[in-house]
Amino acid sequence: MGITLRLAWRNLWRQPRRTWLTAGAMIFSNVILVFMVSLQFGMYGMMIDNTLAVFTGHLQVQAPGYIDDKKMRQSIPDAVALGESLRQGLGIDTVAVRASAFALASSEERSFGVQVVGIQPDYEPRVSSLPGLVTAGRYPDSNDALEAIVGTVLARNLKVDVGDELTLIGSGRDGSFAASIVIISGIFDSGMADIDRSFIQIPLGTFQDVFFMESAAHEIVIKTADLSLVDGVVAQTESLVPAGSDLVVHDWDALNPGLKQAIQADLAGAWFMYGILVILVAFSVLNTVLMSVLERTREFGIVMSLGLTPGRLGRLVMLETSLMGIIGFVFGILIGAGLIVYVGINGFSYPGMDEMADRFNMPERIYPTVQMLPLLLGPTIVFVGTVLASLYPAARLNWLEPVQAMRAA
Amino acid sequence: MRTAAVVARLAWRNLWRNHRRTIIMLAAIAIGVWAMMFMTALMRGMVNDMVRDAVKSLPGHVQVHNAGYRDDPSVVNSLEMPSGELLAALNGPEVTAWAPRVRVPAVISSERESRGVTLIGVDPAMERDISFVTDATTTGRFLEGSADSGLIIGAKLADTLDTELGKRVVLMSQDPDNEIADRGFRVVGIFDAKVQNLEEAFVFIGLTTAQKMLRIDRQIHEIAIAGSGFRDVAPLENSIAAAAGPELSVLPWFELDAYLGTMLGVMDGFVLVWIVVVFLALSFGLVNTLVMAVFERVREIGLMLALGMKPYVILSQIIVESILLLLIGLLIGNLLAWATVIPLQDGIDVSMVAEGMEMFGASAVLYPELLLDDVIMANVIVVVLGIVASLSPAWRASRYQPIEAITKA
Repeated sequence: MGITLRLAWRNLWRQPRRTWLTAGAMIFSNVILVFMVSLQFGMYGMMIDNTLAVFTGHLQVQAPGYIDDKKMRQSIPDAVALGESLRQGLGIDTVAVRASAFALASSEERSFGVQVVGIQPDYEPRVSSLPGLVTAGRYPDSNDALEAIVGTVLARNLKVDVGDELTLIGSGRDGSFAASIVIISGIFDSGMADIDRSFIQIPLGTFQDVFFMESAAHEIVIKTADLSLVDGVVAQTESLVPAGSDLVVHDWDALNPGLKQAIQADLAGAWFMYGILVILVAFSVLNTVLMSVLERTREFGIVMSLGLTPGRLGRLVMLETSLMGIIGFVFGILIGAGLIVYVGINGFSYPGMDEMADRFNMPERIYPTVQMLPLLLGPTIVFVGTVLASLYPAARLNWLEPVQAMRAA
Repeated sequence: MRTAAVVARLAWRNLWRNHRRTIIMLAAIAIGVWAMMFMTALMRGMVNDMVRDAVKSLPGHVQVHNAGYRDDPSVVNSLEMPSGELLAALNGPEVTAWAPRVRVPAVISSERESRGVTLIGVDPAMERDISFVTDATTTGRFLEGSADSGLIIGAKLADTLDTELGKRVVLMSQDPDNEIADRGFRVVGIFDAKVQNLEEAFVFIGLTTAQKMLRIDRQIHEIAIAGSGFRDVAPLENSIAAAAGPELSVLPWFELDAYLGTMLGVMDGFVLVWIVVVFLALSFGLVNTLVMAVFERVREIGLMLALGMKPYVILSQIIVESILLLLIGLLIGNLLAWATVIPLQDGIDVSMVAEGMEMFGASAVLYPELLLDDVIMANVIVVVLGIVASLSPAWRASRYQPIEAITKA
């Protein structure tokens, strides 16, 4: 093997410009792949984390059908008690019970239809980032206070501030008329207009009184320490839900199907583009290897007549390509990683990113980090493509007739 | 003139001296060009479709509001029915259709459920030419006149409200004095929208019915105006803005929906970047091919120089070779793109990720659009950059010292 390797290495540098141009194609594609894939993976992670952190949590226990219809009577009986037993059974305190309804919220001057969410003041801050985003006033602190927090946009539209009264009119679980007056204890600012405009939160106890829920609620939200633990916690939660009840457990993907699908749609487009890049590199490699084989026809004829088998020669050609591939691989990863580190310091942004970021719950600048999988994925595929491209030129050697080859021009 | 003919002939013949290399390069160029066009067509189709749908659901290319309405969409931020100069501008040549609308937030309640919606009062005859909803009303009928007492709701909303055609629901909003304005309506029509959000967001009633219910006499909130197309709305916007005066805000669709406006801009940028990136990936192969073609002809070139051929003829010969290669590749690539886009023009079904596409604001069917502008841009970029890339090998070839070149092994 030693001599083959040495031969291969020397052969590469018989035409240094060609070798560098071919390796250049690989390096170019690898840098693009490394950078783009890292950026995408980073973005997806942030999209998922930010979207789920605000409100959804990682999994929820709900009544069957609630996920699609969100009807008031699709409720969980004795929800607070169940929430407590889940907290104990799972051994975590990031479990919170919620209920929700629509109501007309009226201030002195304005009325708007809003979603009213009943929350447990003690536990909600553990599953959702929203309580931490209260910029004026404070989050409700007792379970049956007649208090509410509203978003900045809604507060502006209702022309209210902390301490003002808000009248809620809607219908209760049984369809009867439900009304209450609450005092605005705080205003939150999530930076996402849709969220800041569309709902208010009141303590769960108050909610259950006003909307005739008795002890029922609509969702038990659970947040896990890490996204990768979700599957295990789902299974655990399913075993803890009282036997005989028809409650269902949904993971974040089911709760937020748009999220994963948006990522998939984006990925599908990206794979197409990356695939094209890899194919173009493969063609470039094929061309180079084929040329280097053709111009050595006579040389190959001589060594074959001296007893070298076509298989051995084929390996030599593949080895040459692999060496070239390794150069592309190493330089591609080094330059790509360097680029990520450099961009990671200042953050990455492009014109129009603000609006996109708003839509997908992302910050306005992305700080990509060097991670193993996105770093290796693209270059590995390029490397495999490179080796595959050298198969045809290598296989051609099998049909080479030594005598004719030696006579070749 | 004769030199040109000779150069072209020489270049053409040289191209086919090593037909394998030429064919591989042609294949790479053709695939690259195909990928440029196909991806661009998909992206263009998606974004143009998004914009067209958005223009139908906003609706209009330009909208007129009370200056305070966009920040505070309240019943009081209204405007007079257009008259005088504004009316004249609305009937002017730039405008293809316009519609006055009442538009306020409201709560809709069935006997079981309540939801927050945007209540829209429309004049059915004028709405017909501008909004999606008249065509999308598939069950029941659309409103028959401004004073129609019926209500049109979306299919998804009907589902969550547990209501159906012919049933009664209650709409609740506020009048200008912040008194509750409510009224019972019979559902006379149900619409299906391409994007499910719309089905939940909007309900439609007659314009005068809405004005009566909200106790606003002849006041409206929005004038939706359609022009000839979404690309160039500036003349339309200017003529309306001039007539509307400073108290009213006149905004084009890309400001009404900043995300969409950004998407269009990002897409224009993306198309250019994509074409250039694919070209760069190709250029390594192209330069490599030319370098090899020059390298293996060093002696021949030296001979031609010694016989008195001018260096610039050599230079142009290499460049013509490159242009011929590019042109054939472009021809095949363009044909391939055309051949793959045409059969897909009825739409590519991506309903697997429908909810993800909805997050982007796109529908679940992609209609690729091969725009002449994009085709021209891609071809011009490839030819121009192709010539630039071949300058270096061509220059090198024309600078050989005849004696050294001839004696080269």
